[in-house]
Order: sequence, then structure tokens, then C-alpha cells
Amino acid sequence: MSMNALSQAECVAKCRVIRRHIIEMLAEAGSGHPGGSLSAAEVVTALYFHFLRQDPAQPEAADRDRFILSKGHAVPVQYAAMAEAGYFEVSELSTLRRIDARLQGHPVKGTLPGIEASTGALGQGLSIACGHALAGKMDAAGYKVFCMMGDGEIDEGQVWEAALFAAHQKLSNLIAIVDANGIQLDGRVEDILGLEPLVDKWAAFGWSVIEIDGNDMGQVFDALERAVANTSGQPVCIISRTVKGKGVSFMENGVEWHGVAPTAEEAERALAEIGGVA
Amino acid sequence: MSSTRALGRATRDAFGDVLVKLGAERGDVVVLDADLAKSTRSGKFQAKYPERFFDMGICEANMCGVAAGLAASGKTVFIASFSSFLLCKGFDQLRMAVAYPGENVKIIGTHGGITLGEDGASQMSIEDFALALSLPGVVVCHPADDESAKQLLTQIAAQQGPAYVRLGREKAPTLYSANDKVELGRAQVLRDGGDLTLVANGLMVGLALDAAEQMAATGVEARVIDVHTLRPLDSATLAAAARETGAMVVVEEHLKVAGLGSVVAQAVVESHPVPMRFVGLEGYAESGSPAALLAKYGLTAEKIVAAAKEVLAAKR
Repeated sequence: MSMNALSQAECVAKCRVIRRHIIEMLAEAGSGHPGGSLSAAEVVTALYFHFLRQDPAQPEAADRDRFILSKGHAVPVQYAAMAEAGYFEVSELSTLRRIDARLQGHPVKGTLPGIEASTGALGQGLSIACGHALAGKMDAAGYKVFCMMGDGEIDEGQVWEAALFAAHQKLSNLIAIVDANGIQLDGRVEDILGLEPLVDKWAAFGWSVIEIDGNDMGQVFDALERAVANTSGQPVCIISRTVKGKGVSFMENGVEWHGVAPTAEEAERALAEIGGVA
Repeated sequence: MSSTRALGRATRDAFGDVLVKLGAERGDVVVLDADLAKSTRSGKFQAKYPERFFDMGICEANMCGVAAGLAASGKTVFIASFSSFLLCKGFDQLRMAVAYPGENVKIIGTHGGITLGEDGASQMSIEDFALALSLPGVVVCHPADDESAKQLLTQIAAQQGPAYVRLGREKAPTLYSANDKVELGRAQVLRDGGDLTLVANGLMVGLALDAAEQMAATGVEARVIDVHTLRPLDSATLAAAARETGAMVVVEEHLKVAGLGSVVAQAVVESHPVPMRFVGLEGYAESGSPAALLAKYGLTAEKIVAAAKEVLAAKR
């Protein structure tokens, strides 16, 4: 359990704070990816504040749970959660994407303690997660490995190579999460390269699949509890159905908000909608 | 092979032996292969340490990523395949997951160059030095024979960080004995001479020595240097050779662009520019016996001698 373990109700409140940080960081940076950061906020909040067994003071502890954000463009949600969890000062969030900053535009391993993999070239995180999970299995270590991907991201063939491998090696300590917000850069996922039926695909690849509304903290908690307690001998895939841009009405389900930062005025409207500040 | 020297074993056989030895000495060594374990010789490790060997199937990209994760969780990981498949199919994964974070992954590409022969151009790696050299921080190495392969692979295993090693399918001429000390990052002067320098690696070293002997019969003394390590490059030995001999020919079983010739030329230009010529490949080859391929694509002692004559003329 995280040192900062929060209850489900507390995570709902924390998730608002995370969303506020996302909007503020992106507006300050003037570039970045709000849609896919906001869609993943519930899951990332639940991970950092309830499920991940990590100690920000010992980011390289051998028995830590690993979290790999394979959809690296959504890193603002991870930075926001890491800052709130104590990996670094919240004030550093304003350095996102600036020269000399540790908060790179996509995650970089080695730059910021707690980042497990350099991602942003899509499709790679699950393979790296498989390596961590395999090492954990070889060493009979108790840690879990979580890997969050985007639905557009799993167009990449490497993801399916990794999916085959994880099932073949029975990596039951591995939990993949597909943040299925239904939209990728050029448009709707189902218009660009159809992925459905997504649950059936992962099941056919030998995974234990859980499908949830990933913007419902209760369902997120339930799914992660089941995933962590997994004894099926299979890896677990959570298909997390989410809304791109969730929490900001004018961004929700908008293809145009994949990779455009809000202006100061838009950020103000977004923050008013998100609320959650005393 | 076309060299007149006595043939020893192929460098991929040295790899199999080194892996088995490492397996006995170190519990952290893990080996991955992409369905070519019999050919790359990683199968020797598999037979001995099956619990630390994983056949990844024909999934080079996933193999590179899994290797990075294993390394990040404390393993020393060797990944093996044909160099063409490993570097070309795994390149972005080697870039993002291995080179960029500097993971302790040893990338072993066998069947390098055109001398894999009859299987043809799709299997031939003629661009692997270029790709590996474009990954900052990755050691790049190509041993010439069995003994040097053993020593260099052992040193690569002992040091932390990523490395690429090209190995060959064919038996290689014996150039070193167990008494010779072959050091990673240190070019080996195999023949002294003051008139010009022949720089080579892999199977081309034997050909360079043959060429030097042919030239000696005409009174020209060539220095022959085995640059088994392309990075870190032994610039000092190359600069001294340029200064002392005043002319240089670089020979490689690789495209002339962005391989050994390029890095050596860069080092020489920065230290002591001298006339240089390059013997290497211009494009894709074809099926054929290794000897026939070397002859057709211009990797012969005769071509080296011809290039030597050009630099000697330019020197005057």
C-alpha cells in the first residue's frame, strides 16, 4: 500500500486536484496533451494514492511496484500525481517542458526519480513492463507491474508481441490498463483503425480482462483490487472506458483537444468547472 | 574464406562458449533469443540454464523492450538474433528502451555482413554499424576471430551499460592466441609498417594481412590495425598510424557510409589528415558462397592492394 494511502472518497477529491494541476501545467507550458491526461486521471490517482506500493523517498527500492506510463504524452497526469504523492514539490509542475526541466514533455527515465521508462514512441511500455514482471517472477519478488497504454497506442504491433509473451510466460504480476478514451490524434479510434471487440481481443491473447468505466472511482478501485489479487495465473488487462478530456465540458470527446494546450482564458473556464479547491 | 590464413572457429561459436561460462559464474545473466538460438549459439546457454533463457518467438521489437525491463530490474541481459533482424526490427526499441536510459543490455548480432552467403540479401546485415553507432552511449564491437571474440565478449559482460557486438557465421582466420591481450576500446596493431596503414575489422583483418604480405614482396611495408571496437574508438592509435605512415586504407564488410571508414576518417581528419581510401560495400548483395560474394563485391586482398597504391600515390 502506498505511504499516502487514501480512501476511495479521498481519491475522488484528490482526482480533482490532479485535474487542476493538468490544466494549470499545460496552460503554463503552452503545449501538451490535455485530452488523454484528463481521461486517465481516476486510474492514475487510484494507483498513486491507494494501490502502488512505492515510497517517494526510495524510488529505486528493489521491491517497489512499477508503474510505466506507455502513453507517454499523458505524462502531465503522472507528474501531477507524483508531485502530490511527494516525489517532488508541487511548484516544480510549472517547469513542464521548459529547458533544463526534469519534467520533460514525455517521460524520461533517469531525469526524474520515479519514472521507470522513457516513453513517447508509442507501443513500447508493455514490453518493458514484461521485462520487469519477468525479473520479479524469476526472483520471486512480490512486486506488481502496472502499465498504462492508450487505445490508439495499441495500433502498434509491438503491443501484441508483448501481449503474446506475457500470457505465454504467465506473468500474473503484470497489470495492463488500456485507457480507452476512443480518440487518437487524427480522429476517432474506430474510424482510423478499428480495435473492437477490445475485450475479446485481449481475452483471446490469454489475458484475464476486466472492463470498467474508468472515470468512475468506485469501478476503478474494484478493478484494481481484483487485478492486484489476481490468482488466475494470467496477466490482467483492464479495459478502462473513459472520456477524453473528462472533467472539462468543452474538451470532452473533442478530437481537437488531443494535443493542444488551453489558453489562459480556457484554463480559467476549465478550472471553474473542475472545482475542488477550498 | 578468401584469406590464406588457417581457419579457426566462427565468432558466434565463441559467443556460445562465453555465455555458458558466464552462466556458471553469474546468476544475474539472462539470455533472450528470437527463434534463432541454434544459429546464434545462444542455444548452448539454453541447454545449460533453461530457467534463465527465454525464446521470445519471432518478436525482435518485444525482445529489445523486455530486455530493457529485465536490465532495469537488475539483470545482465544478452539478446541475440541475426544482426540484420535485431538492429533493423528492434531499432526504435534499442533507441528508446536501451540506449536512451543506458540499460545493461548486450545486443549480439550474428551472421553479420555478406559472408552469411547463400541465404541472400534479406538476411545480410550491411548497415548494422551505422545503426549501432547512431545510438549514443552504446559500445560497438566486431571481433575478428575466436580468441578476440571470447576476450571482448567477456569484457563487455563485465562492464555496465549497453553494447552491440557483430559476430560472423563463417569460420574466421585465427589471428590471436590465448597469450594475446585483446582490450575493448584499444585497437590492435597486428603488423608493423611505415609506408601506409590498413585498418580493418572482422573477417577483413585477415584480408588486410594478406594484402600487406603481397605488398611486402614489392617492398612496401603496411601497418595493419584491427579496430575491433568502433566505439569507444582508439583515436590515439589511429592518429599515431596516420602520423607515422602518412596514408591509410580502411576495409570493412559493411556499407562504406557510416561504418568503420566513417569513424576512422573522422578521427584521422581531426588529428592528422592523410590520404585515405575506403574498401567496403556500395549496396545490397545476393546469394552465393561467401568466397564468391567477397570476390564479386570487391572485398579482396587485390582490391585492398589497389586502394593502397592510390593512397601511396596521393601521399607523394
